[in-house]
Amino acid sequence: MSETETLNKKKIFLQGVRDGMPICIGYFAVAFSLGIAARNAGISAFQGFLMSLLNNASAGEYALITTIAADAPYLEAVIITLVANARYLLMSTALSQRFSPDTPMVHRLCVSYDITDELFGIAIAREGNVQPLYSYGAFAVAIPGWAFGTAFGILMGNMLPANIVSALSVALYGMFLAIIIPPAKKDKIVGVLVLISFAASYIASRLPVIGGWSEGTRIILLTVVIAGAAAVLFPRKEETGSDMDKVAADRNDRENEASENGSIE
Amino acid sequence: MTHNIYIYILLAGAVSYLLRMIPVTLLKKPIKNVYIRSFLYYVPYVTLAVMTFPAILTATGSVTAGILALVVGIILAWTTGSLPLVAAVCCIVAFAAGYLPML
Repeated sequence: MSETETLNKKKIFLQGVRDGMPICIGYFAVAFSLGIAARNAGISAFQGFLMSLLNNASAGEYALITTIAADAPYLEAVIITLVANARYLLMSTALSQRFSPDTPMVHRLCVSYDITDELFGIAIAREGNVQPLYSYGAFAVAIPGWAFGTAFGILMGNMLPANIVSALSVALYGMFLAIIIPPAKKDKIVGVLVLISFAASYIASRLPVIGGWSEGTRIILLTVVIAGAAAVLFPRKEETGSDMDKVAADRNDRENEASENGSIE
Repeated sequence: MTHNIYIYILLAGAVSYLLRMIPVTLLKKPIKNVYIRSFLYYVPYVTLAVMTFPAILTATGSVTAGILALVVGIILAWTTGSLPLVAAVCCIVAFAAGYLPML
């Protein structure tokens, strides 16, 4: 392995760490409030830590906590996790399209471990193929933020001033905006979709029946309906994506002959 | 409590992981269908937008703080595109807005 290649790998990893920092802070705040809910359900700090380490999902874990508090059947915990986290199936499918075809299985298994809204968002916002090292850099700070945040929430309960905890929770939404607004500036259809999504989400939360559904269910329903309608009405002709795939495929063909370590730009 | 909390956690963890892992490991070839490609392209923007609004309004317990954080966040994201900056400023705005009624 050449020296520049090592440097490049380090640089990609550190970019992930840098972009993961605000996610870590936002996760810590959200996980902290999640921990308070977990404590009320009788979950210990270690159990909360384990729950967050294994699930990496805010809505899914809230749903799980209510299941545990109700002492419901295990099957119910499985179904509610499936529903609350179904959007990760969509994100994971979207991300699968951006893996270089020769990405080793071990990287696929590891990168998919923490596909969350935010970590998916920053990974897919990058140009070209998925860079596992970038994701690992972000994971290295985001996963501890989420898991320790939950444990601290359980241990410390309401010791932090409420106004600080609530202000920190806005960090997550700030991140969402930073992910969706810049592409909306470049692509008018995305901009209009964002506005429609805001409006539809607000209306759905106020409707008699749908408003009573869990947030996770509403997210799935609105995502499938709005993104589906957009795909039918505005199929993307493009495509920088398929061009990139072609370029990537050509490059991979060449590199397969050369060696396995050739995937850096 | 008749159920074991660890079993709940392990089951949920397994479901969460499989949902993420299966598409990434099984779909190795590019999807050619333009409608599916377009759908997948639009999914994250719609999901994140739906998750942001109206949830941001109630995140702090003050709708005013939520609206201010939303507006400032959109303007900053539009002009700078910087993720850490937008996240930090949104927090500061939400925190500062808590003191508005006192003025």
